[in-house]
Amino acid sequence: MTAIRVDGICKKYELGHLRRRPGASLREAITDSFRSAGRILTSRGRTQDGQPPSDEFWALSDVSFQVEESERVGIIGRNGSGKSTLLKILSRITRPTGGRAIIRGRAASLLEVGTGFHWELTGRENIFLNGAILGMSRAEIRKRFDEIVEFSGVGSFLDTPVKRYSSGMYVRLAFSVAVHLDSDILFVDEVLAVGDAEFQKKCLWKMGEMGREGRTILFVSHNMNAIEQLCGKCILLEKGRLVMQSTEVRQVIDEYLSGTDRKGTPSSWINSGGEYSNPWFTPRSLSITDSFGVPLPMPVCNDAEMYVQIEGEVHQFNPALKIGYAIYSEEGFPMYQSYHTDRPEAEWPRLTSGKWVLRGRIPAKILNEGAYRIELMGSLHNIQWLIGPKGRAPEVILRVERGLSNSPYWTNRRPGVIAPMIDWSAQPVNHL
Amino acid sequence: MLKSQKKEYVISPEGGTDSFWGDLWRYRELFTFLTWRDILARYKQTTIGIAWCLVRPLVTMVAFTLVFSRLAGLSSGDIPYPILVFAALLPWQFFSAAISESSNSLINNSQLVTKVYLPRLIVPASSIVVGLVDFLVSFGLYVVLMLFYRSIPDWRILTLPLFLLMGIAASLGVGFWLSALVVKYRDFRHIVPFLVQVFLYVSPVGFRSEVVPGGWRLFYSMNPMVGVIDGFRWALLGGKTPLYLPGICLSLVLTLLVLWSGLRYFRRTEQIFADVI
Repeated sequence: MTAIRVDGICKKYELGHLRRRPGASLREAITDSFRSAGRILTSRGRTQDGQPPSDEFWALSDVSFQVEESERVGIIGRNGSGKSTLLKILSRITRPTGGRAIIRGRAASLLEVGTGFHWELTGRENIFLNGAILGMSRAEIRKRFDEIVEFSGVGSFLDTPVKRYSSGMYVRLAFSVAVHLDSDILFVDEVLAVGDAEFQKKCLWKMGEMGREGRTILFVSHNMNAIEQLCGKCILLEKGRLVMQSTEVRQVIDEYLSGTDRKGTPSSWINSGGEYSNPWFTPRSLSITDSFGVPLPMPVCNDAEMYVQIEGEVHQFNPALKIGYAIYSEEGFPMYQSYHTDRPEAEWPRLTSGKWVLRGRIPAKILNEGAYRIELMGSLHNIQWLIGPKGRAPEVILRVERGLSNSPYWTNRRPGVIAPMIDWSAQPVNHL
Repeated sequence: MLKSQKKEYVISPEGGTDSFWGDLWRYRELFTFLTWRDILARYKQTTIGIAWCLVRPLVTMVAFTLVFSRLAGLSSGDIPYPILVFAALLPWQFFSAAISESSNSLINNSQLVTKVYLPRLIVPASSIVVGLVDFLVSFGLYVVLMLFYRSIPDWRILTLPLFLLMGIAASLGVGFWLSALVVKYRDFRHIVPFLVQVFLYVSPVGFRSEVVPGGWRLFYSMNPMVGVIDGFRWALLGGKTPLYLPGICLSLVLTLLVLWSGLRYFRRTEQIFADVI
């Protein structure tokens, strides 16, 4: 039996009107309508080839697939490839621009941990509230209340306001409510990125259990390990298009992690227009390059000279501006973060307004063989994120193969998060 | 656990297959939960809690009594001026709180809008219902004042729920309009407090609506709150303030119009909430 059937789903965002800032201003709406009236009158505002100016952004174009009942399907792809938009459409949060989808059975979605939690309310109260928000009836929550509490392990704090919880407890409680949803179909988006390793394992196990009970799960994650363990089928999205789907999950993951897109060009991110606009710094591109700024073909040797290159425009000098990247392993484990302001203040490049290319060298002979995800980050130090850490940042894939060592005894990938080349010394002694 | 007969729904650019009202009914429990959350959170947060919703109307009542009765020298007939003011403050404070709360409700609950499916209508609606608790507390205070001034209501008080319903309908209508507008145009947030103030000046809170010259009465009643406030006074003060029927009818018609159009506008813009909020 087919549980989900997606037929040519498209979703268009109007960048100019909607994406630029959260909530358009009234003045903009008024001036925009004058401007478009002017455009019509003067028939300007069209580019040479007659196309309307591109302030449209297709988050999804013509995506079709089917999910059978009790199948567990993973959806992978780089940030901005449309994974979250797809789940939002299937969860009825936003409407598609075209196409249709048919869903058979009761669906629940878990796109965020702890939606609707209120800081002032106690753990007990929040269980009921969050349950109701996720679509459970009061009777259902009451029936599963003990299970939820037990799974979360916050039993003794049940009557404490959640504002006094540690962030770990908060996440555990929120997740426990969600995994006890009684639905036929569950949409899960990247929620495993939070919580400690132990609890993550428990959640994965629980989701596996749900699958065995016959529930259909659609699962978005950056954690390839989790996708491989949990899913029997995997879908790869690239720039809003479905480029691969297969029950050979590893193959799809390898395709994603190859660091090269379907056309064979090395993975790099280029701002499509109005993304990440803010008054201080707008990134234009993110890529992995050699010292001349030429994108490196993947895979790259572990000892190669490689740089994370960030191009962008500084609109306004701000001493708090901090640009850098975070690098994650295949399992979503953060390896390290680096910013252009890491050295003593006197040595920082002074980013005055204008266009800049920033290059930060990835240390040679540190990364193990494997695939890494590099996420651009930008912020005003201790003030606000400009390009945030949670799933929305531009990213590229770095694939490392070979170059670990010239030693005949070290030719393959070794176990370990990193594979540093360490200098050994030896001195003869005779007093042992 | 798996039911053999599974419900099927279709997602398309035109919207889901579920009916709007059916969905609303299915989510009635969440509606009560959200209301309950806001009430609980509100009274847990403020240390003076309930005292706050006693102090506010009392201070306003004293101020209005001084300004309109003493300074402006308006007469209240044989009704004690504080009572006259308080009977109007009851619906007025409910209304003003309702529109300021509901207009920001979707923004304040943007998590709910972007991360789960629910009929969004229940968000502004529940924020309005929260105001009813304050209303009840103020009403308790009114009863005390009533006893103090020996202004005992007659059978007319039985009609009070009708006028309250009218007040709720007006709040919902304005609330639907404003909450949707604020999501679409953030600037509206700054317009709302101003709007509340203007509403206060054109509503007969500090004075009787009879001070409005006869020829203008009907025009004046185009403000839905005029009908509600006059109704409250009539019901609570034993008919000592006459009920201006054409005015009430006009207020009622306009209230329903605002409610209907607010509902329509909300439903039309609802589909883009998650994209623009």
